[in-house]
Amino acid sequence: MSEKFDAIVVGAGPAGNSAAYTLAKAGLKVLQLERGEYPGSKNVQGAILYSDALERIIPDFREDAPLERHLIEQRMWVLDDESYVGTHYRSNEFNTPPYNRYTIIRAQFDKWFSKKVQEAGALVICETTVRELLVDGKRVIGVQTDRDGGSIYADVVVLADGVNSLLAKKAGFHPELEPKDVALAVKEIHFFPETTIEQRFNIGADEGVVIEMVGKITQGMVGTGFLYTNKESLTIGVGCMLSDFKAQKTTPYALLEQMKAHPAIKPLLEGGEMKEYTAHLIPEGGYNAIPQLYGDGWMIVGDAGMFVNAAHREGSNLAMTSGRLAGETVLELKARNAPMIAANLKLYKTKLDASFVMKDLKKYQRLPDVLHKNRQFMTTYPELVNQAVHEILKVDGVDKKTKERAIRKSFVGKRSWFGLMGDAFKLWRAFE
Amino acid sequence: MIKVEEKLFQNRYRVDSGRPHIDIADPEICQVACKSKPCTVCCPAACYTAEGDGRVTLITDGCLECGTCRVICTEHRNVHWEYPRGGYGILFKFG
Repeated sequence: MSEKFDAIVVGAGPAGNSAAYTLAKAGLKVLQLERGEYPGSKNVQGAILYSDALERIIPDFREDAPLERHLIEQRMWVLDDESYVGTHYRSNEFNTPPYNRYTIIRAQFDKWFSKKVQEAGALVICETTVRELLVDGKRVIGVQTDRDGGSIYADVVVLADGVNSLLAKKAGFHPELEPKDVALAVKEIHFFPETTIEQRFNIGADEGVVIEMVGKITQGMVGTGFLYTNKESLTIGVGCMLSDFKAQKTTPYALLEQMKAHPAIKPLLEGGEMKEYTAHLIPEGGYNAIPQLYGDGWMIVGDAGMFVNAAHREGSNLAMTSGRLAGETVLELKARNAPMIAANLKLYKTKLDASFVMKDLKKYQRLPDVLHKNRQFMTTYPELVNQAVHEILKVDGVDKKTKERAIRKSFVGKRSWFGLMGDAFKLWRAFE
Repeated sequence: MIKVEEKLFQNRYRVDSGRPHIDIADPEICQVACKSKPCTVCCPAACYTAEGDGRVTLITDGCLECGTCRVICTEHRNVHWEYPRGGYGILFKFG
């Protein structure tokens, strides 16, 4: 294959598919390379699809995309060892079309998205691993694959190769990831009859619930747990910063087992059949860990560019948006016959800066550091809050004033007045 | 408590026999220089085992291709990590 393409997209996840679709739809000659047996076979996500980002690419996606359940209820739990305190938000507005978000199963969804990319005119080749970028001087001119005679050339290469992004690293565009900038998440999928899920979560057909969890389930590590309802399955997982796993000496699978055994979670999983166990790194370093995103003949999109908003559990929407903006950048440059050099591809960064992607990442830039340095948010506070609620709700002949005094004492005793105020300020600054 | 081996048993793999995609660059570094051996704790597929004599053995058949072992080997950079050949390795049914 010695022919030259307008663009090569490496990877067929949400970012790569969005870029390839945008480019092919406009009539460019696009090659997309995917190392899996089929698109999706190497990809892992919770997974929640936010409609808005996809709507801007494929407005009528709801007609045939494999969607599991639209989400009508969001639960946030703060867990102690034996209990949880939570908030639930359920709204009929979230149960009115067009729906805002859905659970999806990535292997199916990515396959569907890839079919759209192919229908738009891109050439998609699977079972092909890109080994390195072909570089002429400083400029990326193509890719080297693991197939015979595997050099392929293009005006621009879009790197959508995921969190590990080996290609950018080998080319020196991107330093090695640091354990503090990635979370390791493990998850299982458990199958049930549809009606069992609907009864357990008090939902109708196609309606879904998500539970996000923080607290003692991560054993003091910075991280979260989650439980999502699919059509006939539940996904349950937990993710913590890799630097914490390294320091803590807890295995990820033991952490997941311990979380599944929590008295509030165990009944929800009762009787299911576990059919897959997955693990994935999530780039959660935030704004300050974003690498150089473009150069002569290349751009980085999706997880490879650290585009995950950990505070809001958003990633695939940032991936799709970055892929689309990279595609639109190439289209604009093509229209004015401008070469795909760094000075022109800078437009991609300008577009990202103007979008919610960079604005949100910038907003939460302090959060990773605050959580790293303040473990009390993962252990002490969940414990205190749970104990306080327990104390208030337990009817045992002790008067309420005395109970309130005891609760106040427990907070001040653990954190001191100064500490409590400092913690409030830190959280406010991190989410400001 | 489900063991990790039982979890991995549910997964679908196409193993590239005889061509592991991850290598320990210098086994002596693991055995002698590396005290903490984080790969043996953090790998979510338990591919790395700490042996009694300090050696670390690696069997990549159950690898989930997450990249953890590469990223955490910060002191010694002793993990040579590539993606498997196209089409090989873990094949997620659901993802």
